[in-house]
Amino acid sequence: MLKQIEGSRAMAEAIALARPEVICAYPITPQTHIVEGLGEMVRTGALTNCEFINVESEFAALSVAIGASAAGARAYTATASQGLLYMAEAVYNASGLGLPIVMTLGNRAIGAPINIWNDHSDAMSMRDAGWVQLFAETNQEAADLHIQAFRLAEQLSMPVMVCVDGFILTHAVERTDIPPQADVDAFLPPYEPVQVLDPKEPISIGAMVGPNAFTEVRYLQHHKQNQALELIPRLAAEFRQRFGRQSGGLLRTYRAEDAELLVVAMGSVNGTIKDVIDEMRASGARVGLVTLVTFRPLPIAALRNVLGSVPHIVVLEKSLAVGMGGPLANDLDSALRNLVAAPHIHSAVAGLGGRPITKASLHRLFRAALDGGWEGTHFLDLNEAIVEGEISRMREKRRSGPTAESILRQLARKSGPAAAVSGSQL
Amino acid sequence: MFQVRIHGRGGQGVVTAAELLSVAAFRDGRHAQAFPSFGSERTGAPVVSFCRIDDKEIRLREPILEPDCVIVQDATLLKSVDVFQGLKLDGYLLVNTNKTLADLHLDKLVAKLPAGHARIVAATEIALRHVRRPVPNAALLGAFAGLTQLVSLDHVAEAIREKFPGQVGEANVIAAKSAYDALRIEQVAA
Amino acid sequence: MNDMSKTLDAVQKLKFYQKGTLTVGNRLVVEDERSVQASLDRSNALTCGHRACQGCGEALGARYAMDAAMRVTGGNLIAVNATGCLEVFTTPYPETSWQIAWFHSLFGNAAAVAAGVAAAMRVKGRTEVRTIAQGGDGGTTDIGFQCLSGMFERNDDVLYICYDNEGYMNTGVQRSSATPAAARTATTPAVGDAPGNVFGQGKSVPRIAVAHGIPYVATATVADLHDLEHKVLKAMSIHGARYIHIHVPCPLGWGSAGHDTIRLARLAVESGLFPVFEAEYGHVTGTRKIRHKVPVTEYLKLQRRFTHLFKGSVVDEARISRLQAICDRNIDEYKLLASQGDA
Repeated sequence: MLKQIEGSRAMAEAIALARPEVICAYPITPQTHIVEGLGEMVRTGALTNCEFINVESEFAALSVAIGASAAGARAYTATASQGLLYMAEAVYNASGLGLPIVMTLGNRAIGAPINIWNDHSDAMSMRDAGWVQLFAETNQEAADLHIQAFRLAEQLSMPVMVCVDGFILTHAVERTDIPPQADVDAFLPPYEPVQVLDPKEPISIGAMVGPNAFTEVRYLQHHKQNQALELIPRLAAEFRQRFGRQSGGLLRTYRAEDAELLVVAMGSVNGTIKDVIDEMRASGARVGLVTLVTFRPLPIAALRNVLGSVPHIVVLEKSLAVGMGGPLANDLDSALRNLVAAPHIHSAVAGLGGRPITKASLHRLFRAALDGGWEGTHFLDLNEAIVEGEISRMREKRRSGPTAESILRQLARKSGPAAAVSGSQL
Repeated sequence: MFQVRIHGRGGQGVVTAAELLSVAAFRDGRHAQAFPSFGSERTGAPVVSFCRIDDKEIRLREPILEPDCVIVQDATLLKSVDVFQGLKLDGYLLVNTNKTLADLHLDKLVAKLPAGHARIVAATEIALRHVRRPVPNAALLGAFAGLTQLVSLDHVAEAIREKFPGQVGEANVIAAKSAYDALRIEQVAA
Repeated sequence: MNDMSKTLDAVQKLKFYQKGTLTVGNRLVVEDERSVQASLDRSNALTCGHRACQGCGEALGARYAMDAAMRVTGGNLIAVNATGCLEVFTTPYPETSWQIAWFHSLFGNAAAVAAGVAAAMRVKGRTEVRTIAQGGDGGTTDIGFQCLSGMFERNDDVLYICYDNEGYMNTGVQRSSATPAAARTATTPAVGDAPGNVFGQGKSVPRIAVAHGIPYVATATVADLHDLEHKVLKAMSIHGARYIHIHVPCPLGWGSAGHDTIRLARLAVESGLFPVFEAEYGHVTGTRKIRHKVPVTEYLKLQRRFTHLFKGSVVDEARISRLQAICDRNIDEYKLLASQGDA
């Protein structure tokens, strides 16, 4: 049924349709509405056969999910940013133990400085942890991916993170189709674990594995994630057949045929990029888009297939690996490694800490790529004046401490305290 | 695509206003996207919300920089926030106040916009009269519908009822209709 | 009992090598009063082959506790273990000495994981299956404290058992918030002006558990194994959050002889340093009286971690008397002397 609802609400309803048995979460912006929605559904009886547990930290949240999943229940939790880091130990634990937990990540920047707005740094921080990571472009996809995620997780015996841009998607109200329960039931059978905690057949789970076996365990984990590369498209195809729309999969392209330049991006910014591409195509530029939905496992073969012979690529990402550059650009670089005539990759970092990515800026960026590109990592819409001022001040006198506060000090010195307080130049 | 930007303060239902507007458009059979300028929960702080309405899928995610309509729920914001930034030259302006636009020193702006596009509505008073609470958003939505004819009043009413069931919803619907009528009457007279 | 016999068929049969000990014996005691350990029917939840040190108090305590829990639940038990000595010496991959459903996740989350297991059992309608969380003092009083407190606050249906050997023993005897004042550990060496662990405020998780007002709290010791079993049996007859804190001497970490484990545990009780009591819903309901009160020095002298207090002829009177004061305070608070009546 088509509804005009908040993204968080749509996700909550989709998750409820997946019949989770244990839900536990700790509140953190911007995931709060999802969990509140689910909690309410459990209370009103709209979601039955489900234990909803309020826990005292994110670490506890994922730990409760781990216990529930190991004991055979379909478990769900949600977090973002600082919360994901707080549960980091448990994130690795869940994947190492092969527990099919589904978790929503309401993508949000990681501090310091503290920032509640959207970027992908949180997802990036756990990219090596062994979870499947899927990025939704729209609220429809966000809802649909959760349904697919439970099936994927349970079939693979591996936890899945559904990444949804905080605020931009979670708090946006748009039309979303919520499928009927019967259709979801047909797509997603009940969870049947192979190894489970059961007094009837007691086993020990979680022993210390030494040097003689650890490598094999990790190799098999890696192998299993790579199996997801086959399973994800199959599930997306089955989903399309049953629900009538394309959601999920490894990646998709938009106006990529005969492109001179392909943009690669994840998440909601793809919508804005499509508008820009239409406008640029109308004026004759041969630009196209690759929307990467599955980030982990990295769909190397699919990426090589679609990007392999295009002359230029702009990687637009909402993440920064400090001291290196754009992690997504880096991953794509490795995916296209050793290709004869590999594309030229232009790395752009945008939207950090929730800075809006505008059509105007994207036009300029893609135009610059077509006109020759740039070296290294380009920061979209960087305030050069502030940055230059800070750099020259640092050259004169070294002072340790937080950059954010230092910038204010610099502004105050320049134009009097009022300017620093209003931060109007920021 | 028609883009609306709503300015107000936390606690005045600014976010709900954008949401209800999008629901009304949805019920009219159109595509709509509503979202707030995001931040921590704080009563009284300036808040902005956005609503895009179109007849095809809305893919754009940037904040509304060039609105076709600006709604100001709290006139005290005029002193501290540039609520008119980017307002299109053929756009609409709706201000919640019981003063005149001249009193608010907005004549220059009014002159730039097409005749009849800049209007005031005493939404808080209307709300107090019917809902007994100074939350002007429902009335403003009714006024918006009257001013722009971009959403049907009937669907604005349905959206309000869905969000606020029972007596509260009905009262808000009356407030919306009251504001709609006030604007239409003035429109005809102008 | 039938279910458990079936389980026993599938697992290791018990073999009694010793004769004439209380553990296997109790033969002269009325059957009702015999310990769980005395029974051939015991589940042997923690069976032989584990890698614990000789004289390990924790292995002893865990065996008694888990078999008692298995008895009262008819074998319908899932155990969640924190990282620590018990987890490490019982599961040397690919072997395990657990004959029950057992799960190890992380160091600090046993209480939360157990809450999750209990929730899963509830939602599956398997109300007969009970959940136990267990961990050492490190995993309970320090790194596991947040999750434990959360479990208490929610009154999750979990029995949490803490095996307190007063330090991070498995990693090389480092100090925890359960380490007694003045004790030598690798991170509180017996050097300088203030040798050994600091005299801080202490952190009594049993007292904190009582303050949480949960249905059942008890302290127990391997010096009184019948009492330990009794407390586990009692705890498992209750639903909601329950906590049992067991004092388990560690020959390695305490620098004591393996054969002194039970004696040390007894001296800790008889000196008043380790009060043995029960509490329900925030009130102490019973204490185990001291039979023959001993000065704390008798307890300290048997452990090399306190040797620096008795250097040759120079006795550290100041520190010893502060330790004695802790004992005296406990004795007063819990009315541990027979002459004192009830607390």
